[in-house]
Amino acid sequence: MKKGEKIQKLFKLVLVAAVMLSLPIYYCHGAEDATIKMSTTSSTQASGLLDILIPAFFTDTGIRVKVIAKGTGAAIRDGMDGNVDLIFVHARTREEKFVSQGFGTRRYPVMHNDFVILGPKADPAGVMGTESVVDALKKIAHSKSLFVSRGDDSGTHTKEQLLWKETDLPLITMVTMDKQTLAPADSANWYLSVGQGMGKTLTFAHEKQTYTLSDRGTYIKYRFGREIPIDLHIVCEGDPSLANPYGVIPVNPKKFPHVRYEAARQFARWITSPRGQQLIAEYRLLGKQLFYPDATED
Amino acid sequence: MLVWFLDPELLLIVGVSLKVSCIATILAAGIGVPMGFFIAFADLPGKRGVIIILNTLLALPTVVIGLFVYSFISRQSLLGSLDLLYTQTAMVIGQLILIIPVVTALTIAAVNRVDERFRRTAMTLGANTLQTAMVIFREARFGIGAAVIAAFGRVISEVGISMMLGGNIKGFTRTMTTAMALEYDKGSFVLAVALGLVLMSLSLAMNVFFHLCQGAVENQ
Repeated sequence: MKKGEKIQKLFKLVLVAAVMLSLPIYYCHGAEDATIKMSTTSSTQASGLLDILIPAFFTDTGIRVKVIAKGTGAAIRDGMDGNVDLIFVHARTREEKFVSQGFGTRRYPVMHNDFVILGPKADPAGVMGTESVVDALKKIAHSKSLFVSRGDDSGTHTKEQLLWKETDLPLITMVTMDKQTLAPADSANWYLSVGQGMGKTLTFAHEKQTYTLSDRGTYIKYRFGREIPIDLHIVCEGDPSLANPYGVIPVNPKKFPHVRYEAARQFARWITSPRGQQLIAEYRLLGKQLFYPDATED
Repeated sequence: MLVWFLDPELLLIVGVSLKVSCIATILAAGIGVPMGFFIAFADLPGKRGVIIILNTLLALPTVVIGLFVYSFISRQSLLGSLDLLYTQTAMVIGQLILIIPVVTALTIAAVNRVDERFRRTAMTLGANTLQTAMVIFREARFGIGAAVIAAFGRVISEVGISMMLGGNIKGFTRTMTTAMALEYDKGSFVLAVALGLVLMSLSLAMNVFFHLCQGAVENQ
């Protein structure tokens, strides 16, 4: 046998083996007809709310929802790429842009909770009791007290940047690739951008005893839901600027014909129906209400 | 404390982990072992280069593979219409890229360790290429087995690919490692540690099993 033949034969063997062994891969696909994919923000999942809503929706409609939890920025990105059928996020202005650019059909307002500014008990910046969030942030900046930012393009991070903008403090714009990030100017020594989810950011802030911005739900969970509670306290709350509205947007079938629009719209309608809204209002984490229903009747 | 062991959700997570890792390992073995043989046997002009590239691929970070596969299967891209993103298939594809180099490189090493005389003797006795390969395979089987075990260990413990391509969907693509990442994110370290223990036990069981097989064969 010539060498060329040998190699050819071996190659054929490899090919046959590869093809044969690749066959079972197709069994990975189950029946996924009555299934939609939803990208959402980590807070809806980490708070446990979706563990109530998703099974209830399945009971009512027979539609299964696969949840992919990320930051709001990444979730919106999933929608813009047509990788999911709907998104459930919290960054109002970006959601409206998502719809106006034609990626989503419309925004269904679902619920809201609020953000709080957290800080160490010692309160080095003297923020405790400050009513205006703008004043609170100014105090932190002026005293150069450590402040941890999510820095991950999430809904909370978006909110934080909007709040810094409201303070009139000098800001710097950092451009990484195609993303612009705002941060207070001259803050290298006290403004820490960690690029992590809310949970990790809270743990970080707790370990380093810093100030940070958090949604109330995750804070409650970390403060009251753990054996060792994080040692951070609310130093500023209740300012209308701290509102945190959540919306659901089905991905536009005109843009992406493959999306399961009907099922996605069914979810949006269900979650804004009296049934869905009641489940949201009744959801308690450690005896505390986390989300307040927002849906306005059509 | 033992109750969580029988928790259906935990069993499902372990099941998904095992299924995906086993499929990836079997496929990688089916592709990597013959490829290793081919590279070890063939008198290719660029053989050294191929081996250097393979060894480099051993250091490929999982996030790079995740990004790479993502850019092919995301809806807007080349293979977007296959609807692969956030499925177990996507995880298997990513993990294959991760461990095919592992299996191939370690197979080459195992084959090269086999005494050259086996090959020559087999050829002299009139064995064809396939038969010769079988002789070498018999001699190198423990090394190849170790390659497959190493590959399995790599995929079952990896988190980057599973998270980026699987999406950590409860009941579908949530594996032990992505669940641990999530539990850590939620601040519930107990479950994260429990999952870590399950993972370590599984790896231990696999290795003990392999060790026993090896012993049984050697005693014959």
